Amino acid sequence: MTNHWIDIQYSDAMLVIGGNPAENHPVSMKYVQKARDRGGKLISVDPRFTRTSSKADIYAPMRSGTDIPFISGLIKYAIDNELYHKEYVVNYTNASFIVHDDYKFKDGIFSGYNEDTRNYDRSTWTFKRDEDGNILKDETLKDPRCVWNVMKEHYERYDVDTVCAVTGTPKEDFIKVADAFCSTGTPEKVGTIMYAMGTTQHTVGSQNVRAYGMLQLLLGNVGRAGGGVNAMRGEANVQGSTDMALLFHIMPGYNPAPTQSERHKSLAAYNENETPASGYWSNRPKFMASFFKAHFGDNATPENDFLYDYFPKSRRNNSHIALFEAMYDGDIKGFITWGQNPIVGGPNVRKEKAAMEKLDWFVCMDLFETETATFWTKESGADPSKINTEVFFLPAAGPYEKEGSVSNSGRWMQYRWKAIEPKNDSRSDAWFVHNLARRLKALYASENGPIAAPFKALDWSFGDGDYPDVDLVCREINGYDLTTGKTILNFTQLKDDGTTSSGNWIYSGFYPDAAPGEEKNRSKNRDNVDTGMNNYLNWSYAWPLNRRILYNRASADLEGKPWNSNNEVIWWDNAAGSWVGHDVPDFGAATGPTDPGWKNPFIMRPDGKGELFTNGMTDGPFPEHYEPYESPVPNAFSSVQLNPAARIWTGDYNDKGDAKDFPIIGTTYRLSEHWQTGPMTRNNKWLAELMPYMFVELSEELAAEKGIKEKDKVIVSSARGEIEAYAMITKRFRPYEIQGQKVHHLGMPWHYGYQGIAKGSIANYLTPHIGDANTMIPEYKAFLCNVRRAEG
Amino acid sequence: MFEVSRRQFLKLSGATAATLAIVELGFDPHKAKAAAKELKTARTDVTPTICPYCSVGCGILIHVKDNDVVYSEGDPDHPINQGSLCSKGSSVRDLYTTDRRPKKPMYRAPGSDRWEEKEWDWMLDRIAEKVKETRDSTFVVNEDGIPVNRTEAIASMGGAALENEECYMIQKLMRGLGLTFIEHQARI
Repeated sequence: MTNHWIDIQYSDAMLVIGGNPAENHPVSMKYVQKARDRGGKLISVDPRFTRTSSKADIYAPMRSGTDIPFISGLIKYAIDNELYHKEYVVNYTNASFIVHDDYKFKDGIFSGYNEDTRNYDRSTWTFKRDEDGNILKDETLKDPRCVWNVMKEHYERYDVDTVCAVTGTPKEDFIKVADAFCSTGTPEKVGTIMYAMGTTQHTVGSQNVRAYGMLQLLLGNVGRAGGGVNAMRGEANVQGSTDMALLFHIMPGYNPAPTQSERHKSLAAYNENETPASGYWSNRPKFMASFFKAHFGDNATPENDFLYDYFPKSRRNNSHIALFEAMYDGDIKGFITWGQNPIVGGPNVRKEKAAMEKLDWFVCMDLFETETATFWTKESGADPSKINTEVFFLPAAGPYEKEGSVSNSGRWMQYRWKAIEPKNDSRSDAWFVHNLARRLKALYASENGPIAAPFKALDWSFGDGDYPDVDLVCREINGYDLTTGKTILNFTQLKDDGTTSSGNWIYSGFYPDAAPGEEKNRSKNRDNVDTGMNNYLNWSYAWPLNRRILYNRASADLEGKPWNSNNEVIWWDNAAGSWVGHDVPDFGAATGPTDPGWKNPFIMRPDGKGELFTNGMTDGPFPEHYEPYESPVPNAFSSVQLNPAARIWTGDYNDKGDAKDFPIIGTTYRLSEHWQTGPMTRNNKWLAELMPYMFVELSEELAAEKGIKEKDKVIVSSARGEIEAYAMITKRFRPYEIQGQKVHHLGMPWHYGYQGIAKGSIANYLTPHIGDANTMIPEYKAFLCNVRRAEG
Repeated sequence: MFEVSRRQFLKLSGATAATLAIVELGFDPHKAKAAAKELKTARTDVTPTICPYCSVGCGILIHVKDNDVVYSEGDPDHPINQGSLCSKGSSVRDLYTTDRRPKKPMYRAPGSDRWEEKEWDWMLDRIAEKVKETRDSTFVVNEDGIPVNRTEAIASMGGAALENEECYMIQKLMRGLGLTFIEHQARI
């Protein structure tokens, strides 16, 4: 989230798309309702009429996988009707930048495409510069090659009629949404976009989010109270676990993970190729050196390049789908899961289960015996005698049986104290990783040579106790001034000369300036007095630097005054010579009107502007519509059917469905009573009773066509497999009219499995192994399927 | 007592809680007994936590008495949820009180159709041995003249349900061993 939950109350229009907070983030609706009480409008755009839709002022149905046409239609509507925030657009975005002469877009393909590798060379997705290297601009926005006009031309095709023919949205509903949301393109009003996995789980998922960002920049809604682009995260600490880089492609704090390449062959090469000349990332070498000081401790020195060479270099995509494909191919021998259950949650479960059967050993740490823990049992459909995997199940301590912090969707790092000793003989994940590290350190102690060396150099100083000292872990994440031995004040103090450390620079500041034994963990802060505009600066700690609203310089106009006096975040105090207000400035506190960076609120970008045009994506500088991997209709916007930069996986179990056999669009969703793959809720007697059975939700029209009655057992099939479920027939799904053709849409929860009290079929037997072109997030949300009554 | 515990945060130790309860009840044993009957939370240790489910980050108070979780409720002091919770958040007590959690570490031998209960020491020794064996037999120090120091034969997955400190430690050990297949829920 750029903003935070409580801040939603300041919104005049809340566009919820690809998310369903009423069911999946129920308490957040408190703030949606507060905004509505003040006159704000709730808009729900969803393939299904959800409980959020039932609370909305406007509901617009939209076929799954058509966010880009929908949002592009809004972008065009705002431009055509001059509803955008012109001063914001001209000054705070790159609208005025002149685009590279060779940049082109034709029939669904941007310049630089290589058909064989399905990759783009992005060198033309850049700007024209003068001899001194300055970007050429036209702040009158008249130059036909400035971003503004190139963007206008790109979205010319997304007129309301074409958009509605593709999304299936009734035209009058689309116009209602456009009028309500685009009305926030003035200084007086502000709108927010709230989204979740309905947005990201597509082959164009990243560009879906980018489209939201562009719309918000056009309307001047980023950086303001009640505004922003807000991902509603699905798990208590999925924000924190991402920040801590439990992902192959990043290091803690979002530095790119080094790869086996010339670009990254040494620390010097890495720093040179990954460090921009301007913007906050120009500090990257300081974050890298400080990270390695935390990782390798005293072993890392400037002379040995902080042991950068010892850090693993990846040679391929290692993301979830790729991981299971590699496991299926026999490349992966050992597997450890920490509270994750891919046999329910992964896409194309038949393949992922077959992959696990090839493992030599598997360690599963969880609260309950999950489907993944028992992938080898008869109940799972396997023949145990044919599976030679050694399996270790480690009973994990529950969330209040240990201590530590979790970061919510608003980046609030909140401490969870330990209430009771772990149940039975369970242990925390921290205990296990600590003791595994110590066992391995002992095994390698007497070994020398190049294989042992990198591991022996790893610093592991979390105390001598049986349990690791969480306080020491916190200090290491925050980092130290290694000269004084105190924890570092915050990341602005980090250096690239080996005199500072920080395990995760973006968190640096949560444990400031503490001498050994002195406790200053700000995630434990519990002062609930409102410090202004409901930012609660003394409750918990929000990274970075306790900022609650990112890019908040953009909440103020060109003179440094809030765009709207009822909606103040920060402002320039001329007498004090600094930015002041209700939040920690996301800007140089002393950057004043005479500073060249005064109009550059987006400090993480090299030129300080919001990017309407970017070269940061693998699949285009603007979002462009492509149909899902499996779609019943041709792409109406170009002859290119699928995202041309999405990787296609072939081989066993990777069959693609055809609309002839599978004419119905299927999607998955969540329920209030269950959580993710279900171990913590389907084993809970109260929740299991509330939502006991797997079902598939069908429209009345589809049910009538198929002769299916309420509560019938039905079979849902896709090119990957079949599952059985109860039919639930509702008015919440309706047939769509797409380009003149009737298309059915159905949906089902993905929480169920064969373990627990509440049991049911695993929805992900149906979903494919294909992912987004940027992130490889699987396309769970739009696949082709069919449905029939079960025999007997 | 509740007013005190909610307005001023303190992880109330049993002794503090009991003392406050007695002070408030004026040392009258009959009155104390009557009050305890009214509320099963009268003499509990109260610890604040954050809901383990979605990412709204609601505060929850866990009430412990006699080494058992006797009650859980929304934290009225928490600025986000102000005491309210959803169906899942209201049910966190059962994460402890359920009898469905495995009692011991369990091991399944190759080809076997059942678990065997084991001690942690045995499990740790065996897992460390497997990790080392796999790592050492697949480790690549250099490739194409570039130091790569990795193994692709071990994969780690998960962490969104864990704490920041645990996630940090896991990524540290896994990268320390040279893993590149490090993934979790955020990807899917």
